[in-house]
Amino acid sequence: MRVAVVVFPGSNCEQDVVYALESLGGEADLVWHRQDDLSGYDGVIIPGGFAHGDYLRTGAIAQLSPVMSEVKRFAEEGRPVLGICNGFQILCEAGLLPGGFIANRGLSFICRFVDLEVIDTETIVTRGLEPGRRVRIPLNSYQGNWVDPTGAGRVVIRYLDDPNGSQDRAAAVANDRGNVVGIMPHPERGVDELLGSTDGQMLLNSYLGSLVTA
Amino acid sequence: MTTLTDPPHRLLGMTDAEHQSVIDILGRDPRPAELAMYSVMWSEHCSYKSSRTHLSRFPTEGEQVIVGPGENAGVVDIGDGWLAAIRIESHNHPSFVEPYEGAATGVGGILRDVFTMGARPIALWDQIRFGPLADPGNRYLFQGVVSGIAGYGNAVGVPTVGGEIEFDPCYSGNPLVNVMCLGILRREQLVLGTAGEPGSVAILLGRATGRDGIGGASVLASASFDEESGEKRPSVQVGDPFEEKKLIEACLELYERRLVVGVQDLGAAGLSCATSEPAGRAGVGIEVDLDAVHTREPGMTAPELLMSESQERMLAFARPEDVEEVLAVAARWEIESAVVGRATPGETLTVYHGGQVVAEIPAASLADAAPLYERPMSRPDWLDEVQARSFDGSGLDIGQTLLELLSDPAIGSSAWVHEQYDHMLFLNTVIGPGSDGTLLRIKGSEKGLAVSTDGNGRLCYLHPRIGSARLVYEAALNVAVTGARPLAVVDNLNFGNPEKPEVMWQFRQAVEGISEACEALGIPVVGGNVSFYNETDGVDIHPTPVVGLLGLADPAPADPPRLARATEGMDIWEIGPEATTGLAGSAVQRLFGELGGMPTAADPEAGRRIIELAAELAHIAPVLHDVSDGGTAVALAEICIASGMGASIEIDHPFSEDPHRFLLVSEPGSSGLPDGPARQIGRMGGSTIVINGRSVALSDAANAWRHAIPRALEDSATT
Repeated sequence: MRVAVVVFPGSNCEQDVVYALESLGGEADLVWHRQDDLSGYDGVIIPGGFAHGDYLRTGAIAQLSPVMSEVKRFAEEGRPVLGICNGFQILCEAGLLPGGFIANRGLSFICRFVDLEVIDTETIVTRGLEPGRRVRIPLNSYQGNWVDPTGAGRVVIRYLDDPNGSQDRAAAVANDRGNVVGIMPHPERGVDELLGSTDGQMLLNSYLGSLVTA
Repeated sequence: MTTLTDPPHRLLGMTDAEHQSVIDILGRDPRPAELAMYSVMWSEHCSYKSSRTHLSRFPTEGEQVIVGPGENAGVVDIGDGWLAAIRIESHNHPSFVEPYEGAATGVGGILRDVFTMGARPIALWDQIRFGPLADPGNRYLFQGVVSGIAGYGNAVGVPTVGGEIEFDPCYSGNPLVNVMCLGILRREQLVLGTAGEPGSVAILLGRATGRDGIGGASVLASASFDEESGEKRPSVQVGDPFEEKKLIEACLELYERRLVVGVQDLGAAGLSCATSEPAGRAGVGIEVDLDAVHTREPGMTAPELLMSESQERMLAFARPEDVEEVLAVAARWEIESAVVGRATPGETLTVYHGGQVVAEIPAASLADAAPLYERPMSRPDWLDEVQARSFDGSGLDIGQTLLELLSDPAIGSSAWVHEQYDHMLFLNTVIGPGSDGTLLRIKGSEKGLAVSTDGNGRLCYLHPRIGSARLVYEAALNVAVTGARPLAVVDNLNFGNPEKPEVMWQFRQAVEGISEACEALGIPVVGGNVSFYNETDGVDIHPTPVVGLLGLADPAPADPPRLARATEGMDIWEIGPEATTGLAGSAVQRLFGELGGMPTAADPEAGRRIIELAAELAHIAPVLHDVSDGGTAVALAEICIASGMGASIEIDHPFSEDPHRFLLVSEPGSSGLPDGPARQIGRMGGSTIVINGRSVALSDAANAWRHAIPRALEDSATT
């Protein structure tokens, strides 16, 4: 079971995601955004960062990269596709998740731990968790304010407080099948007690578990 | 003030005597491109012409030193095949003229200095100083600088894990924006700024060259400010963190695959510096073809191409057989590249443009023949009166004073600033911003690297030698409370106009103080930066050296002390020499608008002993906290706020800022402490902070501390 961690020019959390997955017994490779064949992989993660400098609009250029046709194929085939932070923004731009992002309500970048609550346990990052489960992991974004004019988005995890103005206090959103999830806070930053939290392990373990059952 | 009718060299910031030196070296009048190169390379910013003679005072030797001052960054051995590269720089003048881009490009520049050495940059620290936030101009600068650091640092993907924030009226006309970067590398990946053997090929990597930043080093960084400074805005460069991120990754791949023999970044003085310095170091000549340089705009002249400080560019030197592969790596990372020259036998730097020779000069003369000034020095005549002032703090209301100190934006929580910075990327930040020193782990090893940066213009104003020495001890104690021992120092020397004898005297005294303290602690200075001309309308800033100290914890504590780990009933100990009144230059004086007295000098013997004791205790103690701004009272309050718990202490001088002291909070009965320097002063518990019987509600203290910066911004916005 191997995970492809997609690297765009400007991505910066890719090594951290690989480190976190490996610390949980997962196997992962970095995959350059020009690669257009992900056969051999069982799941894909788009990590945080500033793909293509976030120029034009976050994720707007990244969604045109060759690798995205494979990401779409994975989504259609029901394989686990996870976007973290900038990866969430890219999945929205690619039309794999509803809604889009604007600047945080306070117009400042926010880097701090936030408290979250699991709402929906039928997705690739929450399967096996009980509803209402609290999760404390870091948020790290400027455009973290999710907006979904359709109102149809499926909120998976909510902020307990309201750090950035995100609609429905959504911190993570899924597609209908629950195999494509975008999450704004960083589970890979919560895998080590020495760094303040191990709550991210729950979400990433759930993700690794979904590879087996895919 | 220069006017357009002045001769060209004066417009470029050169004196008549310096111009004559160029004529003497060349044996003829310089061509325009040559004059441009000399003017930037001989600027104060690039040549250190006023400071070089003093900088040789620093101790720079040590068995841990791999690369000392003079290269792009200092490099020290941290064991097991790992090296650490460290560098500090200022971007004071650009940040005053254009705060967002000035601060942003400061971050970009310091990163290039570090990854030029072959290191991956792993963390940044920013030391920023402004006038009081009540002034809308200072507010604009503060918010712009923080946004610029966040905007560039976050996007380039290197965490900003700490720094300093200070507010003082002396920085109103001249903010200080310093930035430090730490990188790590395997020993075999070390790369130097050399052009290699004759025949090696110079490849310009990164962003296209434009007209931005022309004369940044000479016109902007090496001159004082007046009310027309806004006109210098075109001299400020504009950064692109996305290009830098790609450049970092491309260069690291080049080093890993040994495809380059040397690398030099293009910062101040642009191509002039990046071609002449590596050639000078290698003892070779170099030919440069300006027609090959990829540019953003047509019609750039040779002087413009040579002086441009366009950001995110590197000059790599490769063996001829590796050139194709270097270009392929650049293409893969989606950065532009161009072969622009080659190293030649001899020592001449020859520049071609439009098929013509536009410059032909001894390459090393740009660096080695730069002017060297022994500027006059004299002790300021106002100093005796200032040092004689007395302020003993008697009659202070302890509770009220503590609350006011906690509300001071320089002492209160830095969260408003550091939460705008990604300080967690790379998963190394064990102890991050808002504590004493930063502690970073090195994954795959037991080691930790600790860093503290410290400056104190008020102490250095009162006594530059004592004040500067104390910075080193302060920084060393800050890393010691995380479990690290001091390893090396870099410094950023921010001073006023060096043409004033009083400023030069302050500078020399500061160099002396830093040197003495480093010698006493047995640590070398491995790099630094000098920023002169920090004056506006004839008023100089306080002398403000900033010390960046790197410590090594090997092994790092498995569970290092944290401010938030005090619990009910724990004993509170003050460790270090007994404090005296200790208010000269203190935060309490600042509250009252005072600045006077004689600061307490560092005690090398006590300093060493306390640093060693702290580094040992860090492996067992739940809470250690350095005593500095605001004294023991503020240090205790910070522990109480972080732990959500009150405390009660009895102490003679609660606001004294005397050096070499820290607080230890631990389970009752810590009998292992040495008798002399350790005193139990109280106990944790309750919901109030009680000092000598005067109490402050913990909630009031926390409120004052947490909202110090937001309230200062809001209050002033409504007035």
